[in-house]
Amino acid sequence: MTPMVEARGVSRSFSIGRGPFGGKRTFRAVADVDLTIGRGEVLGLVGESGSGKSTFGRMLLGLIAPDTGTIRIGGADVAAIGRAGMARRIQPVFQDPYSSLNPRKTIASIVALPLAVMNIGTARGRRKRAIDMLARVGLPGRYADVYPGELSGGQRQRVAIARALVVEPQIVMLDEPTSALDVSVQSQILNLLLDLRRDLGLTYLFISHNLAVIEHVATRVAVMYLGRIVEAADRDALFGEPRHPYTRALLASVLTPDPALGVPDVGLGLAFPNPLAPPPGCPFHPRCPDADTRCRMVPPRAFQDARGMVVCHLHNGDTRMVT
Amino acid sequence: MTALLSVEGLSVDIATPRGTLHAVRDVSFHVDRGETLCLVGESGCGKSMTAFALMGLLPHGATRAASGLVFEGEDLNRASPERLSRLRGDRMAMIFQEPMTALNPVYTIGDQLTEVHRRHKGSTRRAARARAVELLEMVGITAAGERLGQYPHQLSGGLRQRVMIAMALICGPTLVIADEPTTALDVTIQAQILRLLVGLQRELGIALLLITHDLGVVARVADRVAVMYAGAIIEVAPAPALFARPHHPYTRGLMTAIPVPGKTRPGERLGAIPGVVPSLFGETRGCAFRERCAHATAICAEPIAPRSEADHVWSCVLPTIPAEAA
Repeated sequence: MTPMVEARGVSRSFSIGRGPFGGKRTFRAVADVDLTIGRGEVLGLVGESGSGKSTFGRMLLGLIAPDTGTIRIGGADVAAIGRAGMARRIQPVFQDPYSSLNPRKTIASIVALPLAVMNIGTARGRRKRAIDMLARVGLPGRYADVYPGELSGGQRQRVAIARALVVEPQIVMLDEPTSALDVSVQSQILNLLLDLRRDLGLTYLFISHNLAVIEHVATRVAVMYLGRIVEAADRDALFGEPRHPYTRALLASVLTPDPALGVPDVGLGLAFPNPLAPPPGCPFHPRCPDADTRCRMVPPRAFQDARGMVVCHLHNGDTRMVT
Repeated sequence: MTALLSVEGLSVDIATPRGTLHAVRDVSFHVDRGETLCLVGESGCGKSMTAFALMGLLPHGATRAASGLVFEGEDLNRASPERLSRLRGDRMAMIFQEPMTALNPVYTIGDQLTEVHRRHKGSTRRAARARAVELLEMVGITAAGERLGQYPHQLSGGLRQRVMIAMALICGPTLVIADEPTTALDVTIQAQILRLLVGLQRELGIALLLITHDLGVVARVADRVAVMYAGAIIEVAPAPALFARPHHPYTRGLMTAIPVPGKTRPGERLGAIPGVVPSLFGETRGCAFRERCAHATAICAEPIAPRSEADHVWSCVLPTIPAEAA
């Protein structure tokens, strides 16, 4: 069966000015990414700020084009689908529900707007669909004619979800959808997203830096570091037996609310690589507790087995395995 | 033993075009020497305003009132602005969430570190520089001598927060107030910075008042925890007791709302607290949480007297959940 999303060799660079006399430098935000998302999957994409996860999300939406490589949705090349076709297939929900909603429109008209843009139905029919979708995300009819300014952060994020779903897309790209919310509200939104996925058969790309949230929602997880995917596996495999040293450090950094435990030593040094000039060899080696000479010289290749994919010299199958 | 810091009946009011916003309402707590007290709560609960009020750093339009505010035996209510400015950075220091805005971008790290020491300790340029190098090494910054000549923008977020910690500790304070010190950092860096901060605090015997929304951080660093809701402290307890048996329904709600690896099953429904935080305008009577509380009854609208069991104090009239059901 064709995967819902298939990215092959996707790279994207940005040119960054360094002031009037500094000239230009190139920042490789995404480098040679291969990624598939199956129908109905929730792919959790994790990594720190600047790792390229949001840039990948924007390429999947068709907002920016890859420099090289292709992204296919349902077998069709994103570059050839066109805007209306893309909007029908994939919709985004972003982190900040304060800046992503027009403050001068009522929420029913915000949610109906994508339908109007796509010339679907009559004005009255569009309003009805918007109101139905708002009810579906937990905002009953009395909210239809209020403005975003009158809503809480959690309610605004429900509006953003309704707007994404009103055109009945197959995929939703969720970029840190709960990071700006308080924990009591975050849980409401996570519950809603999981219900909607089950009831509507949606596929999610779920981008987050919060590993506890990713473990809760994702069926499969990909870990990005400096623009590259360094490990990808099913949720249980990745959280149960992380293989890449960076994945292990990420998992070690999760502070579960257990007062019997102290703050863990994540085993990473102070080095912080410059993303404009990534180090030679494995990009993670300056921070890696297990790096050896080869890691400093030779970029590791992807190694795939039944447990998943990992890009690390210590796990490439034909040399020593670290347990 | 008397507490290092004791706060009685602290209130902060903010004048706004819509009227007076009661951001902090009659808050009382203490911090002992060398202990870590975490103030935890969601946005708008008053935790940061409490910290700013203690430091005398409230924004324009905000006023503080307290029936008692005693630090190292000195009544801060009677202290002059000059005296408070002497104490700040010297005896009590603050670490902010965003080091990029807290550090001055046009001065070098060295200028900013030595200025604090010279102002409070009257030290020579040379002595202040030596102390700055010592502190940078203490916070794990290598080649400290060279770093002194760098500007904040030349450092990564994690390094800037290390500089902030060095600046807070340079005069040897007895109390450090840290407002979400790791929230803006990536997760691996967050754990590193937190480990550093807690290690130094224990080594130097400093008391830490840590303000956070993150229950994971609270569990891992706190000796005692104060939970805030709608401007008031609703529960205070030693961390093990609070996490084992939270008594206030709001605290219990918070704890079931977060996914906990190894405890919550992936994909299962998380606990949710319905509704929204009440308005902080105007007076409140009774429990501020009652509108969202599944167990609320008519008596919750009456004034709530705090109850206590040993050093566990909470403001709720409902029967507590038995230990086996918690």
